Amino acid sequence: MTTVYVPGDSAARAVGADEVALALESEAALRGLPVTVVRNGSRGMHWLEPFVEVVTGDGRVGYGPVRPDDVAGLLEAGLLDGGEHPLRQGPVERIEWLAGQQRVTFARVGVVDPLSTSDYEAHGGLVGLRAALAMAPSDVVAAVTDSGLRGRGGAGFPAGIKWRTVADAPSSVKFVCANADEGDSGTFADRMLMEGDPFTLIEGMVIAAYAVGAGEGYVYIRSEYPDAVRTMRRAIGAAAAAGWLGADILGSGFSFDLQVRVGAGAYICGEETAMLDSIEGKRGMVRAKPPLPAIAGLFGRPTVINNVLTLATVPAVVAQGAEAYAASGVGRSRGTQVFQLAGNVARGGIVETAFGVSLAELVEGYGGGTASGRPVKAVQVGGPLGAYVPASAMDVAMGYEELAAIGAMLGHGGVVVFDDTADMGQQARFAMEFCAEESCGKCTPCRIGAVRGVEVIDRILVGPPERRADELVVLEDLCELMAEGSLCAMGGLTPNPVRSVIRHFPGELGAPLVAPAAPGETGTP
Amino acid sequence: MGAVRAWSPERAGEVIAEHAGVRGPLLPVLHALQEEFGYLHPDAVPLVAKALNLSRADVHGVITFYSDFRTQPPGRRTVAVCRGEACQSRGGRDLAAHAQQRLGVPFGATTPDGEVTLDQVFCLGLCSVAPAALVDGRVHGRLDAGALDSLVQP
Repeated sequence: MTTVYVPGDSAARAVGADEVALALESEAALRGLPVTVVRNGSRGMHWLEPFVEVVTGDGRVGYGPVRPDDVAGLLEAGLLDGGEHPLRQGPVERIEWLAGQQRVTFARVGVVDPLSTSDYEAHGGLVGLRAALAMAPSDVVAAVTDSGLRGRGGAGFPAGIKWRTVADAPSSVKFVCANADEGDSGTFADRMLMEGDPFTLIEGMVIAAYAVGAGEGYVYIRSEYPDAVRTMRRAIGAAAAAGWLGADILGSGFSFDLQVRVGAGAYICGEETAMLDSIEGKRGMVRAKPPLPAIAGLFGRPTVINNVLTLATVPAVVAQGAEAYAASGVGRSRGTQVFQLAGNVARGGIVETAFGVSLAELVEGYGGGTASGRPVKAVQVGGPLGAYVPASAMDVAMGYEELAAIGAMLGHGGVVVFDDTADMGQQARFAMEFCAEESCGKCTPCRIGAVRGVEVIDRILVGPPERRADELVVLEDLCELMAEGSLCAMGGLTPNPVRSVIRHFPGELGAPLVAPAAPGETGTP
Repeated sequence: MGAVRAWSPERAGEVIAEHAGVRGPLLPVLHALQEEFGYLHPDAVPLVAKALNLSRADVHGVITFYSDFRTQPPGRRTVAVCRGEACQSRGGRDLAAHAQQRLGVPFGATTPDGEVTLDQVFCLGLCSVAPAALVDGRVHGRLDAGALDSLVQP
């Protein structure tokens, strides 16, 4: 019996992986070839999806992108023995794009059967949890603090300090929440991890709960991720059956229950306090802080809220030790980051590597430039609230402080590439339009400011040219008001993409008309 | 998507009871009702409010806050086109415009014959295989106008 892996990841299914899996089963049966098809997660090489892997004596050999009508030819070419074919990519572990990465959080994604508890343990699963349960809870918090692990949701707050606050808060009821409301365009790492290696998230949440003394947890997943919801629910069931959740976990005496909650199409619920309101059954409105959720969070109780990637990194941090994790990275950004290459890029997907890699290396090196073959014009880093970085600034090192120094932000690690046909004035307008659509409405700068922002940008783009300079003053004033006066990051960061367009692409957002330089003058002010 | 039933207050009461026992039950209850009936019938509001000891205004406020919840029956088929930036970088703006023109309705509306409901969605997490859409609950990537048309054809 030969094992063939065909990803069940949404990105693979979106480009025909289900049909390929069906074709493999039926064509193999037709030829009397014994084949077991396993639906794994995706390796993250999305330009090769559907990416089919065959287990051979020489390890796993990959083929892609495979279409359903390629399957018969592949079988004829000896697919099951790793035979030659134009789609053959070679032994998967030796594909340069993957071999150059440092996979920590994503170590098992694409490798294992996502819902097999035995596969999980065979690939290093539970090592972190077993180690944690043998430690005092405060030592687990210390290990996470010492590793330098920072929140992967975007804010970059040190995870260990947040955990310490919850651990010290006196309460008989505490919660751990995984924020899986991954709404930023250009980000899909949470989704891929939940679909490809859900037990890692569960393990991380149990460790967090043990460290702070929480008994219940929630994974809040956006409704736009139906596959992730399904996989997470099944994984929680399998984990409970294996004794990894519920009462007396792994015989430690520690108990923790976990359930999935599904969002309902509101981007703002990715903001942690809006997420808490949503889990409580309310409109997803942002709360004023203080009190911090770590003191008074879900149902008013001390609550750890971390992003999926933060929690999914915890098992590796505990298993390897804080020092090993902190050994890679740049500045105060320690460890690895799961970068997501998306948009107009030739080789899109997941690049997990140490912080400090340059944006150019991601876009031009891993990404291979644009998919259209045209020059890169701008790269939006960190989702809809992130700045557009011009091609000329792509030598920036990818770290929290390093990006902040050029007016950009890392966010959740999304990297969206635009070629030279992009209309940056329209991209600036979209930032305001998106904020107007998704604002929770609690604070005025965001609720009204975003609507006014669309109006001002429209006047700049299509209004009388002689008014543009004045309108730009209004727009900058509005950006300042939103940035300084909004209750949360939604209104507060929406000016980021807008200001980046004004700064780096002034000609596209109604540059004030200046008299052309006289011949012979350099024109430099 | 599974088949939906016609509105029935008795069945609604059973669905509400199945999900009312969890902490913060309102969203799970509303999701379950919409899955059962395809939308949230106006008569569901007082039923939910009474069962969960909330005001009707609370329930109405939550239903109208979240874009997923429908108060009208959807079309026989549903299409949601992604409008996120990654899809925009691969022709998503044109695809969104094409879908509205082809079906003759704006986002959030159902074709007059009740056949297709067209929605916008802000990111399906398929940003590396953009542009993307969700058709009848199934994900599709690397789309263009022709590919979307063939998916929407019966």
